[in-house]
Amino acid sequence: MLTIATGNKAVAAAAREARPGVIAAYPITPQTEIVEQLASYVTERSLDADYIPVESEHSAMAACIGASAAGARTFTATSSHGLLYMHEMLHWAAGARTPVVMANVNRALGPGWNTWAEHTDAFSQRDTGWLQVFVGTVQEAYDATLMAFRIAEDERVLLPVMVNLDGFTLSHITQSLETVEIGDFIPPFCLPHAIDIDRPRGYGTMTGPEHYYKFRWDMERSMRASREVIRETEDEFARRFGRQYGPVEEYRCEDADVVVVALGTLGKEAEVAVDRLRDEGTKAGSMRLRWLRPFPTLDLGGRDVVVIDRDYSFGFGGVVAQSIRATTRAEPSSVIAGLGGQEVTYDDIARFVRQREAGTESWFGVEA
Amino acid sequence: MAMFEIRIHSRGGQGGVTAAKLIAQAAFRDGKFATAFPFYGAERRGAPVVSFVRISDEPIKVYSQVREPDMVIVLDASVMDSVDVLAGLKPGGPVVINVAEPPAIEGHPVHAVDLTGIALAQKLVVAGSPILNTPVLGALAKLGLVSMESAVAAIAETFSDPRNVAVAKAAYGEVQA
Repeated sequence: MLTIATGNKAVAAAAREARPGVIAAYPITPQTEIVEQLASYVTERSLDADYIPVESEHSAMAACIGASAAGARTFTATSSHGLLYMHEMLHWAAGARTPVVMANVNRALGPGWNTWAEHTDAFSQRDTGWLQVFVGTVQEAYDATLMAFRIAEDERVLLPVMVNLDGFTLSHITQSLETVEIGDFIPPFCLPHAIDIDRPRGYGTMTGPEHYYKFRWDMERSMRASREVIRETEDEFARRFGRQYGPVEEYRCEDADVVVVALGTLGKEAEVAVDRLRDEGTKAGSMRLRWLRPFPTLDLGGRDVVVIDRDYSFGFGGVVAQSIRATTRAEPSSVIAGLGGQEVTYDDIARFVRQREAGTESWFGVEA
Repeated sequence: MAMFEIRIHSRGGQGGVTAAKLIAQAAFRDGKFATAFPFYGAERRGAPVVSFVRISDEPIKVYSQVREPDMVIVLDASVMDSVDVLAGLKPGGPVVINVAEPPAIEGHPVHAVDLTGIALAQKLVVAGSPILNTPVLGALAKLGLVSMESAVAAIAETFSDPRNVAVAKAAYGEVQA
């Protein structure tokens, strides 16, 4: 059905379509609309799920882990400080191989207190063993949430998935949305190590140095295998519903001399900048990174690269720029822009491209 | 048409955000691409706020705020004391204002419509505030921004109280095009 919706409402609609058995959630701006909408679905009985209104985000994730370990499909949503409050449990969800799906509405961290878009919240959780995808439109927020369940629950993966959308810029924008009937796109959830009272087993027990690393290696093996599962899932989604996604969304890259790399809504805004630059004779292209974990293999082919980081690792640099430096031979021109919702327009992005200098870092709005 | 960009001025609690959504919804029903979004500041009830709408025949990839609107809508004329509602407005761009008597604004056509009076006449008041976002849709339909059919459908889809459609029709009749 073709309709219009906000990013938050799209995520909630997708979560309902995936029929989770348990939702445990705690509200936080700008995510609250997601869990409110899901609570309404449960109240009006258009979703048959146990909705657990917990007392904190830490408890929300703990409840999701417990429910998932018992074999229930689980969903939650959070943002910013809520995500950070879950931190311990995020490691646990991945290590326990409980494929929880969570929407994280990207928001800056305090102080100063700020409710606007930034990616540092999600990036600070990048080593927890969660898969992380970043979306750029309301439609993609919906589609990625649906696909997240199938990817997380695939036996080759069994790791949790975080769907990231920019706070306010995407969570609160109204755009067109085509909802789908999911049919058997997401197979029934069958956790091989689900708790079964007829077959008692130990969970989360003391694991000594002789075994612990094997579990860690198994997580990494699954993370590597997830690339194939993601590809299969995105291709199957395209076959059934007509929208194709990949690890990276490329725009006018074929003959580009310079490529802008960005995530989320800035990645879409960059496409407008590319059109402007092309109009003035610069062969520009853009790559919108969709998956942060597993990190995609980028083919930059010796072109100039401008990376926009809406995040920062203090004492190191923009996380995306540094990741690209580490995984390709590119020497990006690194721009730190959009922190705490800082307004970044396509004109600004076009200027980043015109003023690029390989191997440098600049902060948008800060005099060098 | 190329992309048409609108900025809506109101005060927190007056429904400016919903007005933007309703316009997008109506434009979408007309077969256009449309996006609507508020600028969320640390606003409180009563503080001046802005929301934006973009309408286009092409998919819209721009997420940054509207800087040079084609049209400005002022749901509460009192914000004009503290906010430059004409900032960036394109030359000749129309201004729709919720007032009975249109103020003269050099270089821009002004469309006055007493949305507050229309809402009060229908006793369409929520939490002490007259509803402005449904009548304004009727005024915008009269000005050709969206079709009246789509405006009415968008309102009916969003609000169950039929007076919301009635005020839109009243504003359609009253606005000075």
